[in-house]
Amino acid sequence: MTINELKDIASQVRRDIIRMVHACQSGHPGGSLGATDIVTALYFDQMQIDPENFRMDGAGEDMFFLSNGHISPMLYSILAHRGFFPVSELATFRRLGTRLQGHPTTAEGLPGIRVASGSLGQGLSVSCGAAQAKKLNGDSHLVFCLMGDGEQEEGQIWEAAMYAPAKHVDNLVAIIDYNKKQIDGSTDDVMNLGDMKAKYEAFGWKVYELNGNDMQQLVDTLNVARGNAHKGQPQLLLAHTEMGMGVDFMMGTHKWHGSAPNDEQAACALNQLKETLGDY
Amino acid sequence: MNLEVQNYKDTRSGFGEGLLEAGKRNPKVVGLCADLTGSLKMGDFQKAFPERFFQMGIAEANMIGTAAGLAIGGYIPFTGTFANFSTARVYDQIRQVVAYSNKNVKVCASHAGITLGEDGATHQTLEDIGMMKMLPNMTVIVPCDFNQTKNATIACAEYEGPVYMRFGRPKVANFTPADEKFIIGKAQMLQEGTDVSIFACGHLVWKAVQALPILKEMGINAELINIHTIKPLDAEAVMKSVAKTGCVVTAEEHMRNGGLGDSIAQVLALNNPKPLEMVAINDVFGQSGTPDELMKFYHLDTQDIIEAAKRAVARKVK
Repeated sequence: MTINELKDIASQVRRDIIRMVHACQSGHPGGSLGATDIVTALYFDQMQIDPENFRMDGAGEDMFFLSNGHISPMLYSILAHRGFFPVSELATFRRLGTRLQGHPTTAEGLPGIRVASGSLGQGLSVSCGAAQAKKLNGDSHLVFCLMGDGEQEEGQIWEAAMYAPAKHVDNLVAIIDYNKKQIDGSTDDVMNLGDMKAKYEAFGWKVYELNGNDMQQLVDTLNVARGNAHKGQPQLLLAHTEMGMGVDFMMGTHKWHGSAPNDEQAACALNQLKETLGDY
Repeated sequence: MNLEVQNYKDTRSGFGEGLLEAGKRNPKVVGLCADLTGSLKMGDFQKAFPERFFQMGIAEANMIGTAAGLAIGGYIPFTGTFANFSTARVYDQIRQVVAYSNKNVKVCASHAGITLGEDGATHQTLEDIGMMKMLPNMTVIVPCDFNQTKNATIACAEYEGPVYMRFGRPKVANFTPADEKFIIGKAQMLQEGTDVSIFACGHLVWKAVQALPILKEMGINAELINIHTIKPLDAEAVMKSVAKTGCVVTAEEHMRNGGLGDSIAQVLALNNPKPLEMVAINDVFGQSGTPDELMKFYHLDTQDIIEAAKRAVARKVK
């Protein structure tokens, strides 16, 4: 798939995000918009998957885990457009009885979801286990895990960060959505994360730093990471992103972490986002 | 059932043997341990299946998450650490990625209860049954002796779904049949009686066995049922027994709040309220001491079951 085609998909995903959170007047647009390019590159370019025949065990395919589950509208839109479930189902987001719960869950049987996430800090551990299962099975496919940056404040992240290199979980590619913002403000103010690259490198990870909103850089870096898999080290993409990317008034602030746009704001946002694949 | 002692063994060793046997029967069984391989008796499994054993270090949260990931990949993970690190320390992890996500993870907890002994209250978990039974999808098993723990471990591997299994540190009487198939959720009748129903779990089952002949001498013909599965509770067996005896004693090495007694009380209150006496720890933390000293001090001994049975019988409406 070309870079422009990937960008078009990302634009549609961003439209879906705005429409989903606007429709139910809840959800997390800021982080969803910021991480859209990363997960679009994974699902539409990088990952070898079979959406029509979703298997919980992911045997013979790449697997993705979203650790910061609150950016669920982005994931739901991408899964739907990739063919895991009907795009029309996006209209049910956060409604009573929906499979598209506020935070992703397996409880409602939504294809594409393998574990519940939302309580932060747990996805990297689950990804380690899934990656080790692949090793036991002799399956050379990769496991990808997207984490938030605020989530790095959770202790369990560092348990997993120590575990993966120590146990040579080298079929694991973790990605940090590094937007430097969390609910209460900038990560610098809330809990200075320090030098994330140096920290992960000190734990034994191979780290790549890139612009996580640059589709070309994402595709290139993910290809490099795939080439360096199975070489003894887990890998991490420190992907610098902008929370709210694509909608001017949502960028440069943490205030759209967990608030929905009103009618006027939604219309303004949608005016900035090209409809490419068709709205649900 | 023949209630003779065969030998004295720790229930955790039953877990170790059961895990080894489950590993032999099913190549999908994997073991994870947070730096307590010796204490959990997981060493034989580790030796037999080194590629299926994961040393997790002192990082229990990561262990639960990794276990969930292995379960997603089609494996049957058994996690092993002490009961407090298996539950309270990782409650949110178990809640989100095991119970809510309905993963086939077996959380196996040793050194449960007051009989952990000298290490004291920091390690004496008396709340774990309550925490675990509150989680939807979770099965909670508390076997009573070595043989039963071994057989329960094998049964856990054959059962699809999240399980919490609790066992203990000290050597205790081993008296259940070695070859008895463990049926999850099916209460075990140990002795039929007519005057009082004693429902016990874990180490308290043997304490209750010892109470039976003494009660008989007092003219109390007690029925003893081993509730080795706290959840799902065999409510039918409970109701059937109580319909016959008309009063109840529950006995467990756990807090009164949230324990076996609390589950039994709920069944009775909703269906057929009868006098109920609870042998359990009542809202206090433990302390250092030998297991036997502590069982006496906290009134979890055979004599306490006898007294409770007398009180229950006396409360029956004539």
